[in-house]
Amino acid sequence: MLELIVISSLNGILFGMLLFLMASGLTVIFSMLGVLNFAHASFYMLGAFFGFQISRWVGFWPALVLAPLLAGLIGIAVERYGLRHVHKNGHVAELLFTFGLAFAIEEVVQIIWGKSPVDFRVPAVLDFPAFTIFSTNYPAFKMFMLLVSVVIFLSLLLVLKKTRVGLIVQAALTHPHMVAHLGHNVGRIFMLVFGVGTALAAVAGVIAGPALVTQSNMAALLGPILFVVVVVGGLGSLPGAFIASLMIGLLQTFAVSINTSPASLFGPLDPAWATTWLSDIWNVTVAQVAPVLPYLLLVLVLIFRPMGLLGTRET
Amino acid sequence: MRKTLLAAALALPILGSAAAAEDTIKIGYIDPLSGGGASVGEVGLKTFQFLAEELNTKGGVLGKKVEIVPLDNKTNPQESLIQAQKAIDAGVRFITQGNGSSVAGALSDFVTKYNERNPGKEVLYFNYAAVDPVLTNEKCSFWHFRWDANSDIKMEALTNYMKSTPSIKKVYLINQDYSFGQSVRSQAKAMLAAKRPDIQIVGDELHPLLKISDFAPYVAKIKASGADTVVTGNWGQDIALLLKAAADAGLKVNWYTYYAGGTGGPTAIKQAGLNHQVFQVSEGLANLDHQPSRDFEKAFRAKYDFGMFYPRAVNQMRMFAAAADKAKSTDPVKVAQALEGMTFEVFDGGEGFMRKDDHQFFQPIYISSLGERGDNEPFDEEKTGWGWRLVAKIDTQQTVLPTTCKMERP
Repeated sequence: MLELIVISSLNGILFGMLLFLMASGLTVIFSMLGVLNFAHASFYMLGAFFGFQISRWVGFWPALVLAPLLAGLIGIAVERYGLRHVHKNGHVAELLFTFGLAFAIEEVVQIIWGKSPVDFRVPAVLDFPAFTIFSTNYPAFKMFMLLVSVVIFLSLLLVLKKTRVGLIVQAALTHPHMVAHLGHNVGRIFMLVFGVGTALAAVAGVIAGPALVTQSNMAALLGPILFVVVVVGGLGSLPGAFIASLMIGLLQTFAVSINTSPASLFGPLDPAWATTWLSDIWNVTVAQVAPVLPYLLLVLVLIFRPMGLLGTRET
Repeated sequence: MRKTLLAAALALPILGSAAAAEDTIKIGYIDPLSGGGASVGEVGLKTFQFLAEELNTKGGVLGKKVEIVPLDNKTNPQESLIQAQKAIDAGVRFITQGNGSSVAGALSDFVTKYNERNPGKEVLYFNYAAVDPVLTNEKCSFWHFRWDANSDIKMEALTNYMKSTPSIKKVYLINQDYSFGQSVRSQAKAMLAAKRPDIQIVGDELHPLLKISDFAPYVAKIKASGADTVVTGNWGQDIALLLKAAADAGLKVNWYTYYAGGTGGPTAIKQAGLNHQVFQVSEGLANLDHQPSRDFEKAFRAKYDFGMFYPRAVNQMRMFAAAADKAKSTDPVKVAQALEGMTFEVFDGGEGFMRKDDHQFFQPIYISSLGERGDNEPFDEEKTGWGWRLVAKIDTQQTVLPTTCKMERP
């Protein structure tokens, strides 16, 4: 039991941190531009594919740096030459723009790399079990993933709290108009934040690619969860996104390991009902509904606390 | 002048395609070419293209060329029906599909209804891998033919072998949450309870189909359960990633599987160091001591970088050609009638037959394990150096299970 708890916690935190790498960019972009970037998960996918391609040419380590830079540049271009023009036509147009962009990126990725998974391997230096607890090996690459996300989280925190850039960004999060009135080049801040946000998603892609599956549907698989994180955490709140990421990571991982069903709690169903559809619901375990739980959480949060856990602005 | 040119431009392609349609037989291949099932869908497509070429070099079917038309269904039943309609509109009279019994059920239903409404334009559905027993029992159809052994037959074979392995004490079941996975799970429970009542089922998991990218949480659970054996019907990325997560965590158990040989499976098994600890039930294996199939395997591997995963597809295509020969027609109704009850020397040797009552094909079934190779085992998998070794063979007659099908014939 203890073994399961320790391993599940590790897996949950890891998944949570990965979510945070993406959610942080998404939530900051939302606060500043006021638009939910539907294409955000696509940059995660771009990161994974760039990482795959570059690591083929020059190895994994340069890819870890180059792929996010490349994705970030594309992000900057998207903001500068796409979103900024669409912005004039209001939020709905922006939303539709990012929505379409997500499909376009997916198609382009399919044209270049095909629809089936590419063979993105864990680099040989990290392809060993980091440690063994209770006779279960924990792969070194996963520890590396954890390390990278923690380092990025900390540096993000430092930049936001301790630097002038961070100060302006923070101000723009809550009072974008006031920042503009104070004479800052809000357009450029937006562009850079968009670039950094997409680059962060791409970092997540590069480190998740070898551990998970690098495939053209990976954005679609993770995208919806990302929105759950951002909404649950509170739109525009970085600490909220952090807490929500970890919460959802742990929730999903632990739910898988719980076998409790209504039947196991309250005893078997009355025989008269046992053959009806009710028995299906009665016997379903938490593990089976694990994938639905984050969305359930989303619905509950929207009903009872629409601004999210740590959100301040009503949306 | 311009008008004539325009008319010619419009008419020519139409005439051209009509002429081409006359001397080709199009087979619509409706399977995942994107999403979680793409890795196996891609292998299946190339296999069928190879087989079509084999038929064509021998002069085709009744002198007509066979062409495979790939259609991506994303492992989605609704999408499959759209693709099937698209295929039919393009002149396809034979469709084939294998990945996902949920898709197969929808397609079988669709084809049956379509044929009722469109007499004279019937379409046949060749199922090469969807093994939910329902398709040849309660929901059987005259227009559906299945070449893979159904799930009950496979589980019967697996559990018979497990019966003779006393070291199995605690079994963990993990399956995909849809009709096929549920059928594997309930049959495994029922058959193990009957054959080995001393075996304890320590876990019974259903997970979403082709949506999980990291099985680590599930593997942690298997580990915690203390299981010594895992039984799974998983296919596509669901088996490859499950084995990969098991390899990462260092989970050392025996695996009884339906499809561990699929793309990515052997690599993960080698990585986990599970030497002859992963078993697969199938209708053939590369290392079988049978010269014709070995020659075929050699030719196949010379062209592609993967092995022959679908001996059943070979049987299907060759039997299709034989049935058309027998009927002296490529009309789907006549081909279907010729296929009923047909006996056939299967790809891996031995005789198989297409049962008339339910259109289920029966053939010898093999259990094999992946690991280090012996002297007479020339083929390895995915360049791991490890290959499949024959463990047990079940003859055709012993695989025959009763059916509840009440076939309605046209």
